[in-house]
Amino acid sequence: MILSKEHASTDVALARRVQWPPAVRITALLAPAAIALACCGSDPPRALRPPPGPPTGRIEIHQPERLTSIASDQRDALGRPLRVACVTCHSQRVPTTLPSTVTELDEFHQGLRFEHGALSCGSCHVAGDQRSLRRADGTMIDMRDAMDLCRQCHGPQTRDYDHGSHGGMTGHWDLSVGGRVRNHCVDCHDPHTPAFQPSLPVLPPRDHGITRQPSRGDH
Amino acid sequence: MSGPNRRVALKVVGATLGAGAFAYAAQPVAQWGAGLSLEETLRRHYKELTPDELAQILRRLEAETKEKYGVDVRIDDIPAQEGVSFGYALNLSICIGCRKCAEACHQENNHDRRTNNSYIRVIEMEQGSFELERGTVDYDHAVPAPGKFYMPVQCHQCDDAPCVKVCPVEATWKEKDGIVVVDYDWCIGCRYCEAACPYHARRFNWREPEIPADEINPDQAYLSNRIRPQGVVEKCTFCLHRTRRGLLPACLEACPTGARVFGNLLDPSSDIRWVLENKRVYVLKEELGTRPRFFYFFDE
Repeated sequence: MILSKEHASTDVALARRVQWPPAVRITALLAPAAIALACCGSDPPRALRPPPGPPTGRIEIHQPERLTSIASDQRDALGRPLRVACVTCHSQRVPTTLPSTVTELDEFHQGLRFEHGALSCGSCHVAGDQRSLRRADGTMIDMRDAMDLCRQCHGPQTRDYDHGSHGGMTGHWDLSVGGRVRNHCVDCHDPHTPAFQPSLPVLPPRDHGITRQPSRGDH
Repeated sequence: MSGPNRRVALKVVGATLGAGAFAYAAQPVAQWGAGLSLEETLRRHYKELTPDELAQILRRLEAETKEKYGVDVRIDDIPAQEGVSFGYALNLSICIGCRKCAEACHQENNHDRRTNNSYIRVIEMEQGSFELERGTVDYDHAVPAPGKFYMPVQCHQCDDAPCVKVCPVEATWKEKDGIVVVDYDWCIGCRYCEAACPYHARRFNWREPEIPADEINPDQAYLSNRIRPQGVVEKCTFCLHRTRRGLLPACLEACPTGARVFGNLLDPSSDIRWVLENKRVYVLKEELGTRPRFFYFFDE
């Protein structure tokens, strides 16, 4: 409703002429103050928590089983694929030479798929020492430091990994609160067939309005 | 004689209609006891609550969750941190579209199990195209499929957020660390924000979420993953209940490829800063001027 100026001024004049009882006048004066007190309060604005401290958390690299064991075609009592530690066989059987390609594997490691460039077994492995790897410059490294081997060729991935933008992780973004566990290259990439293998996606969306149903058109 | 009589009759009719209209309009108030306590109705806005009032609300919500879902949960209120401003980046070159991020979100944030709801939608698109409208979200073949690329979309926590501007009751706002939050107890369910968001990042609770007791994440926060009531809007909070405690968001931890980078934009040595400074970064629908805190990048 819009009151014209004339009406408004008449109302004000009328209100001035009416003599209200003192109790009403006092209440009318106090009410806005009381409402102001009740609504606004005197609470300080909610304080922010203090900023992050110096980084003290450790960044660890996950150690995949694949570095020290190999999958067998057997399953354990719980139905999980049974892995055999490298040392189980290699403590007794120490090969003196390495095959140059996987097709030459006629007794052990049969059926191993190899799709990793033009490398040969000896490019990385060391005959007679299954716990070590050989870098391109001839230096030997421990199997657990296999990432140093990957780094030789995969520069951009290494750079991205070192800046947290390649390879999964869990833990803390804020290292002043706690540490972080990074995936090892071999957690996701089989060194012998490093391409990421396709898999079926999880959790198909079921909320209406976003899935395409032919009867509903394209909305 | 006839004048006053007509006047009386009109007065009676008017009064009856007025009383009827008032009774109708006041209906919701009459049913008030059913779903809403007096305490809930008279409470103040989240930003004006005293610590005591807030604690009371949190304990009441915990008791209500126990009653409805039969689970002991802890609902905290975790304020933002000084010197922290969150940013998130996603590497489109290595995302494989496995939807593990969406699944982790579903579990972490106590989403309705019936609808498979999640704050993340993964869009499958043709390589070389950027037409979101032609993308699909319910693909069910092995991924990554040849010739396709995948773009997960979630709340961009815009610095100039259209959803915040349209809320008529200030039930949604931007926090100091950049996260746009919703007070589910203040939301009136008008869905203006859902319509305003250019990223389809907001979801409406058509029904009360259905979650089996043993799947409820008991580690909850008021502005984040506590179980939402029916009829309110919800959205991604960058897992505020985790990230404000220094942890990484659940979607990042679930990502098998490491396509996701999260961190503090104010820390020059953070991974997110390195990505923004060294990668080809872009924001979705930049032309709208929403200034997102969610960035996409490529390796090459």
